Amino acid sequence: MKRFLALVILCLSVPIAAQTGLPPAPYADRQLDDPGQEAAARDLMEELRCLKCQSQSIADSNAPMAGDMRSQVRERIAAGETPEAVRSWLIERYGNWVSYDPPIASAITWPLWIAPIILLFAALLLARGRFRKSKGSE
Amino acid sequence: MNRWLLWLPLALFGLFFGAVAVGLMMPKDNIIESKMIGKPMPAFALPAAIGQRPALSSADVSKGKPTLLNIFASWCVPCIAEAPQLLALHRAGVEINAIASRDTPEDIAIFLNRWGNPYTRIGTDTTSKVQLNLGSSGVPETFVIDGNGIIVYQHIGEIRQEDVAKLIELLEEAA
Repeated sequence: MKRFLALVILCLSVPIAAQTGLPPAPYADRQLDDPGQEAAARDLMEELRCLKCQSQSIADSNAPMAGDMRSQVRERIAAGETPEAVRSWLIERYGNWVSYDPPIASAITWPLWIAPIILLFAALLLARGRFRKSKGSE
Repeated sequence: MNRWLLWLPLALFGLFFGAVAVGLMMPKDNIIESKMIGKPMPAFALPAAIGQRPALSSADVSKGKPTLLNIFASWCVPCIAEAPQLLALHRAGVEINAIASRDTPEDIAIFLNRWGNPYTRIGTDTTSKVQLNLGSSGVPETFVIDGNGIIVYQHIGEIRQEDVAKLIELLEEAA
């Protein structure tokens, strides 16, 4: 019980301790003037993972660091970089972990792409077997 | 054959149950290591964080002598916990440079007055730009950099007493 309590307190204490008094980075919560660029930046932000709130995208997260990442994404796209270049810039630093679009050609992430196809085929096979059986019993 | 197939759903359920149980039992590991280890320090130039210490640029950490680069903040509680260890490293002759993350000069000065200032240079990174460039995901973090500016090691979280010897060893190896 004590351990559990300590764990709860620990979990709560991190976000509180991680507050900073500084205002967010310039483009953290400000859209780019060019709507096309803003849309591209927005799409990319939904697919980048927040380093602090690790189950949220940086578009969703209110963590100061997510704001800083949003600002970086917008500034880089405004400077003419393609979204994929910005993504690979981050992957170079944090690994595939940081992207919500896992690569197919990776030793760890390929099952994410292949498993649904395998399951679908297995289900089709199973269903076919069932239908045949019921026809036979009629 | 068919009789064995009968057990397949139960076996699959067992597998699923096992996977979930293992996932629940395992301690949560959400540490994201930088992929910049082994690579040269990305170019940056940060303005001075406080008046008493000079600014920090990437050129300052590739001057032939291995150094530590500590990322800290006055609003970061574990940074207080590692302050004595940083001072011990400083007394042992280690050059420690720092990046102050999302901080104001006033707060940094108060923090250093209270907990000690082991830093040679302190750059201020108000928008985490350099931190993101380093692949760092929080404070405190400490990088070991060799004399040529290559990142050799990343210590995530506060430096505890038992970590000091390892850092000194790594610095000696990097020399």
